[in-house]
Amino acid sequence: MIDAITQPFIEFSFMRRALVGCLALSLGAPPIGVFLMLRRMSLMGDAMSHAILPGAAIGYLLAGLSLFAMSLGGFAAGLAVALSAGLIARSTVLREDASLAAFYLVSLALGVLIVSVRGSNIDLLHVLFGTVLALDDQALLLVASISTLSLLVLAVIYRPLVLECFDPQFLRSTSDFSSPTYFNFLVLVVLNLVSGFQALGTLMAVGIMLLPAVTARFWADDVSGLILVAILVAFAASLTGLLLSYYANVPTGPAIILLAGVFYLVSVRVGAKGGLVWGLLPRKHLEA
Amino acid sequence: MSPRPEPAITFSDLTLGYDRHPAVHHITGKVAKGELLAIVGPNGAGKSTLFKGIVGELKPLGGSLKIDSFKKSDVAYLPQQIEIDRSFPISVFDCVAMGLWREIGAWRGLDSARKTHVVQALATVGLQDLGVRPVGALSGGQFQRVLFARLLLQDAAIILLDEPFRAVDTKTVADLIVLILRWHEEGRTVLAALHDIDQVRAHFPVTLILAREVVTWGETRKVLTPANLAKSRQLVEAFDEHAEICARDGEARKRQPA
Repeated sequence: MIDAITQPFIEFSFMRRALVGCLALSLGAPPIGVFLMLRRMSLMGDAMSHAILPGAAIGYLLAGLSLFAMSLGGFAAGLAVALSAGLIARSTVLREDASLAAFYLVSLALGVLIVSVRGSNIDLLHVLFGTVLALDDQALLLVASISTLSLLVLAVIYRPLVLECFDPQFLRSTSDFSSPTYFNFLVLVVLNLVSGFQALGTLMAVGIMLLPAVTARFWADDVSGLILVAILVAFAASLTGLLLSYYANVPTGPAIILLAGVFYLVSVRVGAKGGLVWGLLPRKHLEA
Repeated sequence: MSPRPEPAITFSDLTLGYDRHPAVHHITGKVAKGELLAIVGPNGAGKSTLFKGIVGELKPLGGSLKIDSFKKSDVAYLPQQIEIDRSFPISVFDCVAMGLWREIGAWRGLDSARKTHVVQALATVGLQDLGVRPVGALSGGQFQRVLFARLLLQDAAIILLDEPFRAVDTKTVADLIVLILRWHEEGRTVLAALHDIDQVRAHFPVTLILAREVVTWGETRKVLTPANLAKSRQLVEAFDEHAEICARDGEARKRQPA
């Protein structure tokens, strides 16, 4: 049993690289997902992940399958969409979700157009679904650096960010942290999506961010607990997903996300904090 | 009227509003340091708007507003429409501890002395046993007490309370009024928008009756007359139909020829 788990990683260096990449990703992205969920912006992560596509595609157009160019392009596009959506929401009647939807749809269409005009279908599949089994040193370094940076920035903005999610008015009225905190957070969202799209592809990157976070909601009831559980769930999904992909010979990105989905579905049913099963058990209420 | 000490807040011909429509119109006056001021007026009189102006959430459409010798962080504000997400996974203790923001900011930790302060604040509002519960588990009245505990810790020189007693039972109102009176004794400037006229008569020395404009402003027992209250209701209704460019504001007329 143990052998079955360790053998693929001992035998193949691409599996080791994939594991390291996924674990690094699992350290950075899930905490961001926790805050997206707490700020009721879960779907925004999804929108943003589509928005980075044209940037990555333009990077690809200009420099070929260059990690640096595609990441930089993706980051720029993601940030541009997030900021313009925020700006439009603040200066017109359109709400942020609506303006974001408008931007990311345009962005996605543009991205698919660019990739299919200039590249082959294989390239498009790489961008959409990632290449976790072909992570080179550069890619690993990028993912690891983004995760490190992400955790550090999160530590610095942790308290104002919790406040911004819980009681934004209080933060606005007592300090000038509100806008900088939100902006920094948006940058972290985009950065982690860029790092995820190397490994899992633009469509799946948001999965490793959000699924562990919503899963954690069934196991923890404070923010730090949520973050810890989300990271552990992401670790577990990465490991089991890689093994599933290895033994069943299925694509890795979707396998990891599917496993995270399995953890979610199990947690909905048996989670310690409000899992469905507790509603079915006859338990006596407490004194007070 | 007694001679007024230094002003805490000064309004000079202040107009506040939304989308060019004034909700508070040409207000001039001073709130003295340490004053306990009730702001009374019908719905739509501009009470909440005035508070938003004081905390800087709304920029004046005209005139000016000065919080003399105080900083932004000296003002504590309990809004009427709270944006708080009650389903957020945070404990009552942590929620109240946020009131220490001015001391601890974004990075400093809670040492044992500050933790004691939080526990004391919880005890003052009668919630000492509920610190570990999540805020989502509290009733409406208990949550209002939590917000007051947070205000206690904010230790602010100016405290703005917008309808602090809505949907709160009489026992809680009585407890919270004790807190407000204590703030008054400590020399803080407290402004409260209220509906209950008897409450105002019983506890608030100074009253401002607002109906977009100042109807009257002064010692509570002199200004809080049925005639003034009726006038405030009429004024709010009457103003609703006006949407012309304000004739009193010569500058605005020149700038906007339409």
